[in-house]
Amino acid sequence: MRAFWGSQLEFFLVTLLNSLSYGLLLFMLSSGLTLIFSMMGVLNFAHASFYMLGAYFAYQTGAYIGFWPALFIAPILVGILGAVTERYGLRTVHKFGHVAELLFTFGLAYVIEEVVHLVWGRAPVDYRVPESLDFTLFTLFTTQYPAYRAFMMLISVGMLISLFLLLTRTRVGMVVQASLTHPDMVEALGHNVPRVFMMVFAGGCALAGLAGVLGGNMFITEPGMAFAVGSIVFVVVVFGGMGSLAGAFVASLIIGTLQTFSVALDFSMLGVLGAIGISVSEDSNWYGLWSITISQTAPVLPYLLMVLMLIVRPRGLMGTRES
Amino acid sequence: MTPVFHKTRLIFWSVVAIFFVMLPFGFSGGFALSMLSQMGIAIIFALSYNMLLGQTGLLSFGHAVYFGLGAFMTAHVINWVGEDRIWWPITFMPLVGGLTGMLFGLVLGFVTTRRAGTPFAMISLGIAEMVAASALMFTTFFGGEGGIATDRTAGGTMFGISYGPQIQVFYLIAGWCLVGMIGMFAVTQTPLGRMANAVRDNPERAKFVGYNPTRVRWLMMTLAGFFAGMAGALATINYEIVTAETLGLVASGNVVLMAFIGGIGHFWGPIVGAVFVTWLQSALSTYTQAWLLYFGLLFLIIILFSPGGMANLVTLHKPAWHARLMKRLLPSYALAAATGALMLTGFVAVIELLYSHGGSGDMVSLFGLRVDAGSAVTWVAAVGLFVVGIVLFRWALKYVRRAWEEITPQLQSSGVV
Repeated sequence: MRAFWGSQLEFFLVTLLNSLSYGLLLFMLSSGLTLIFSMMGVLNFAHASFYMLGAYFAYQTGAYIGFWPALFIAPILVGILGAVTERYGLRTVHKFGHVAELLFTFGLAYVIEEVVHLVWGRAPVDYRVPESLDFTLFTLFTTQYPAYRAFMMLISVGMLISLFLLLTRTRVGMVVQASLTHPDMVEALGHNVPRVFMMVFAGGCALAGLAGVLGGNMFITEPGMAFAVGSIVFVVVVFGGMGSLAGAFVASLIIGTLQTFSVALDFSMLGVLGAIGISVSEDSNWYGLWSITISQTAPVLPYLLMVLMLIVRPRGLMGTRES
Repeated sequence: MTPVFHKTRLIFWSVVAIFFVMLPFGFSGGFALSMLSQMGIAIIFALSYNMLLGQTGLLSFGHAVYFGLGAFMTAHVINWVGEDRIWWPITFMPLVGGLTGMLFGLVLGFVTTRRAGTPFAMISLGIAEMVAASALMFTTFFGGEGGIATDRTAGGTMFGISYGPQIQVFYLIAGWCLVGMIGMFAVTQTPLGRMANAVRDNPERAKFVGYNPTRVRWLMMTLAGFFAGMAGALATINYEIVTAETLGLVASGNVVLMAFIGGIGHFWGPIVGAVFVTWLQSALSTYTQAWLLYFGLLFLIIILFSPGGMANLVTLHKPAWHARLMKRLLPSYALAAATGALMLTGFVAVIELLYSHGGSGDMVSLFGLRVDAGSAVTWVAAVGLFVVGIVLFRWALKYVRRAWEEITPQLQSSGVV
């Protein structure tokens, strides 16, 4: 019996750690998205594509100069691309309204995916965890916990703290915050608000790029990765309340935990019914429905959560404005 | 405002009907016929999408959900007909799909239409993801990876129509396409259609007039769901198989592109877009593997330079046409077209060479020429063509702008602007 509870505890702790690192990665993506949204009212559909570019750039530069310089260079490259996108793309379509802006980023996501196909091919690339981080940090009961996951968490938390300090404690952060709410006033005080917008867009993209550098080798670097993570990030932003950084943080952790745990759990309603003494025969019409395990429902759960949130509280967890 | 069934309108719809009847005589090949069938389905789907985006201002990224659910329901009903469990003629299957789409539009629309603008776009995407993920979960209804296969001849032969030959299916699609077009045009003329425009442009004022914007959006969503489901049912009959991809995000994204490339500001825009994009997809994809890239770039260019889509180009030239000033524009247009073609040729050459990942001696077919993808000469020629093309095209654009500036005063004085 003790062994049973021991293994349950082990499962719980390891999964919790994994959810934490995944949730922090999600926050790195969603923080940029939500900042850009609260500033320009533009939802960047290509945000996850910048995440993908981060991973590919890190793979490519890492092949020549190693992982550590790539960790810095790749996000900067992605940030520059983001600045160019804002300056020459979004600013041009801005006069046509939000729908055009949204569609522009949507089309950009298509083009980026195709360019990735063009340059790196359709198969996953061999982007690996660097050797200096490829060891077991500690052993929890029987599970070996990889050092790279801890490193990921470290970087994420460091980023989180510096972002917070940057926005609340520095002059630049003050200008950014003021531009969110009172762009006209900030402009009147002599600040170049369009440039602030461009920098925020670039910064958000660079954060997505950093997430790509860290996530690309932890998970997989392939042309489909933007698509896979993109809609989850949207769920996080809607769930947390659009434009709210704190909301995005909480939502990232909740969605990260939900996804990580649900994938790992193999229970079904059949088991529950069995435990209380009801057996369902395999010929029954509803057998298919009862036998669905929690891990099978894992892909649907975040979206279900989002829909429920929208019904109960349309502005999201910590959102302030209605639209 | 002319009523929907005014004499001129009736004449117009009759002309369209006759055109549809005549089409297979012009394009009788098997490939052409199946492409025409695809276009018919795409037209209904794109028009139903524009009921949301163009008329109500709702940018949905999950419209394929209603298309797909209608398609799946139709596949099951056709199979039930084949098993003699129920009786329903194949000809009226699109009603089954339509009602299914409408039902889901009603249910899902209740959640999604509570918000407009960007939140709506994200929510529709989330719903689409949810349905797409569920499709792989509930295998009894969605058939898992393999999808649901069906047999369109299950209804037997009625009045000599068995729906075995493709030509009969084409006429079925053409007939429903016409019904759909008239139906959706009629919606734009109703008070609901007008209120949808008002809600799109200024929800606050619509509220002051006494209408509930959420309810208007919800109603439009339900109606759009009906027509999307109808298109889905026709797709089931056409392909005789429905897979989970039918309601996936790629399909949803595709209809956004169709409507937008055609032009969302005009009722006819999505029709043009649906025809053009369907043609582009089947024609381009046989020639090049980079077609998605060209397609995406075309979309970006349209958003950046002509956000009204292709229909906008027509509206733009209407005044000049009426003032008989088109001949003043044409020389500059010819210049721009020639230099633009040069630029495009260079660009396509560069992209195709990149895609070939060519080593030395790898022969690539470019515009009917066999070229060596590994040699520097080819690359220099392609890049050179592209760069020269850009320079010349920008120079030609100056003439276009000047020609427009010259005719503008005359347009204003003739009173058509």
